[in-house]
Amino acid sequence: MFILITGLLLGGTYALIALGLNLQYGVARIMNLANGEMLVAGGFAAFWFYTAGQINPVVGLIVIAPVAFVVNWLLYRIMLQPLVTRAKSRGALEVDSILATFGMSFAFVGIMTWAFGGGYFNYAFLAQPVEIFSSSYAQNRVVAFVLAVVIGGALWLWLTFTRTGLKLRAVSVNPAAAPLVGVDVRAASALAFALGGAVTATGGALVSMFFTLDASVGVLFTMKALIIIIMGGVGDIRGTIVAAVILGIAETAVARLIDPGLTLAAAYLLFLLVLLFRPQGLFGKARG
Amino acid sequence: MTTREIRNFIIAAALLALCALLPVYGSPYWLTMGTTMAMFAVLATSWALFSGPTHYISLATAAFFGVGTFVTGLGFQSLPFWALPLIAAGIGAVLAALVGLVTLRLSGVYFVIFTLGLAEMVRQVVTWVQNQTGHRGMYVLTSITEREIYWMLVGLGALVYLLGWLIGRSRLGFALRIIGNDETVAKHLGIDTALAKVALFMVPGAVAAAVGAMLAPRYIYIEPATAFAPLLSFQVVIMALLGGTGRLWGPIAGVIPFTLLWEVITRQAPNQTLLLLGIAFLLIVYVLPGGFVGLWDRLRRRYGGQP
Repeated sequence: MFILITGLLLGGTYALIALGLNLQYGVARIMNLANGEMLVAGGFAAFWFYTAGQINPVVGLIVIAPVAFVVNWLLYRIMLQPLVTRAKSRGALEVDSILATFGMSFAFVGIMTWAFGGGYFNYAFLAQPVEIFSSSYAQNRVVAFVLAVVIGGALWLWLTFTRTGLKLRAVSVNPAAAPLVGVDVRAASALAFALGGAVTATGGALVSMFFTLDASVGVLFTMKALIIIIMGGVGDIRGTIVAAVILGIAETAVARLIDPGLTLAAAYLLFLLVLLFRPQGLFGKARG
Repeated sequence: MTTREIRNFIIAAALLALCALLPVYGSPYWLTMGTTMAMFAVLATSWALFSGPTHYISLATAAFFGVGTFVTGLGFQSLPFWALPLIAAGIGAVLAALVGLVTLRLSGVYFVIFTLGLAEMVRQVVTWVQNQTGHRGMYVLTSITEREIYWMLVGLGALVYLLGWLIGRSRLGFALRIIGNDETVAKHLGIDTALAKVALFMVPGAVAAAVGAMLAPRYIYIEPATAFAPLLSFQVVIMALLGGTGRLWGPIAGVIPFTLLWEVITRQAPNQTLLLLGIAFLLIVYVLPGGFVGLWDRLRRRYGGQP
C-alpha cells in the first residue's frame, strides 16, 4: 500500500512533466531533449523564490509558468522553426531537432552551472508528514500531486473542449491536412511548444519541493518523460497518465524492495517490455 | 583496382606510418594528446560507419566503452593482454546486436532514446552488482605503456578504415545507403532493413568495447561512474558530425581540431566544457550541416569544377 501510494504520488508529477513533452513532440513535432533542463530551470526558480524571497513555490508558479511560456515560444520561433521550414521529411526534422535540442540542453546546463554552481539544491517546504491509510507521507508530495492533477486536468479540459485545443489536436493528427480546415499550423505549433515548456517548468517547480536537484540532473527527467510518452503513445493524454503512474509505482517498488540506485534500470525494464510487445503504446492501435 | 584507388591506398599507408611513428619523434605531451586523438578517431570513425548512412544517432558509445574497460579490469590478471580487446569486442558486438534487435525494427527516435540512457542504466546495474558482492572499484596495474596503447589504437584505427572501405564496396554498404535515403524503397527492393542495420550496428559496438579494453590500463583505477561517463558518447557524436559522416576520412577531420579545442577549454575554463559542447551541436545544425566534409564538397563545387 505504501509503495502504491508513494508511486501514485510520484507518477502524478511525472505525468505532468511528460504531458509537457508530449505536447511538444505530439503537436509541434519537436523531439525536445532539452526538456529536462527546462524542468530544472523551473525547479531552480522555485528554489530561488523560496530562499531569497520567502515566496511559497505554489505562488511562485504564477510567475514561473508565464515566463517559461514566453521563453519557450521564443525558442521555438527563433531556433526551431527554421529547422521545421528547411526539413525535407519527418525523419530529417527528427535528426535536426534531436541534435539542436541536445545542443540547447548542454548550453543550458553550462549556463546553469555557471550561474548557480554545480552543487545540489533543495529546500524544506511543507516537510511535515500527513497520514493516509495509516502510513505517513510528506505533505509536499501530496501537494505536488494535487497540483499536478489540477493542472493536468485543466489542460485536458482545455484541449478537449476549446476551439484552440481542437486546433492543436488537429495539427497533432495530421499537420499536412490541418491547414485545409483553416488551422495556422505554425502558430499552433509555437503555442503547443510554449505551452509544453510552461507545463514542464511547472512540473519542475513541483518536483523541486521534494527532490534534490542539480544543474545536470535534467537529462534523467528527459529520459523518464520520453519513456512515459513511448509507453503511453505519442499524443495520447490518457496513455501518458497511465504510463506515468506505472513508472512511478515501478520505480518506487524497485527503490524500496531492491536498491534505490536502480530506478533508471527499472524504467528501462518497462521501456524494454513496451518496445518488445507494444511499440505503438499502451492504447495505440497497431499500424499496418 | 583503379589508379585512383591505388593512389589513395599509398597516401593512406604513408599517413598511417606517419601516425605510427609519433612516439618516436613526438614529446610525451604529444604522445598523450595523440593517444586521446587516436581513441576518438577510432570511436568516431566506427560511429560514422553506422550512423552516417542510416542517420540513426547512436549514444551508446559510453556503454560499450565501459563494458570494455571492465573486461580488462576483471581479466587482466588471468588472461594475456592481447586477448582482452578481442573478448571485449565480442561482448560489445553481442550487446549491440541485442540493443539493435530491440530498437532497430522501430523508428529512429526509439533508438536514440534507448541508447541515450543505456550507459547510465548499465552503470546502475554494475554498481548494484558491485555493492552486492562488496567490491568497489578496481585497480588495473599492468606494464602496458602509453606508447603501446597508442600503437594498439593506431592498429585498430587502420582496421576500422579498412573495414569501412570494404563495407562501402559491399552489398551491405549499398543496402545501408538505400535505407538511409528511403527506408520504404529499401524494403520494396527486398532488403531486410532490420537485419542490415543490426549487422552494421555491431561494428561500432565491438570497436568501442575494444577501445575501452585497450585504454583501461591508462586509467589505473576503474569505477562505474568514470567508466560509463555518458559524456563520451556525446563527444564522439559531435566530433564525427563536425568532421562529416559522408566520407570515411570525415570524422578524423573533426576529431583533431575538437580534441585540441577541448584541451584548451578544459585547461582555461573547466566549467565551460558543457557550454562548448552545446554550442558545437548548435553550430553543426545551423551552420555546418554536412560537417567539414560538406563544406569541402561545397567549396570544391564552387571553385574546383570537378563535382
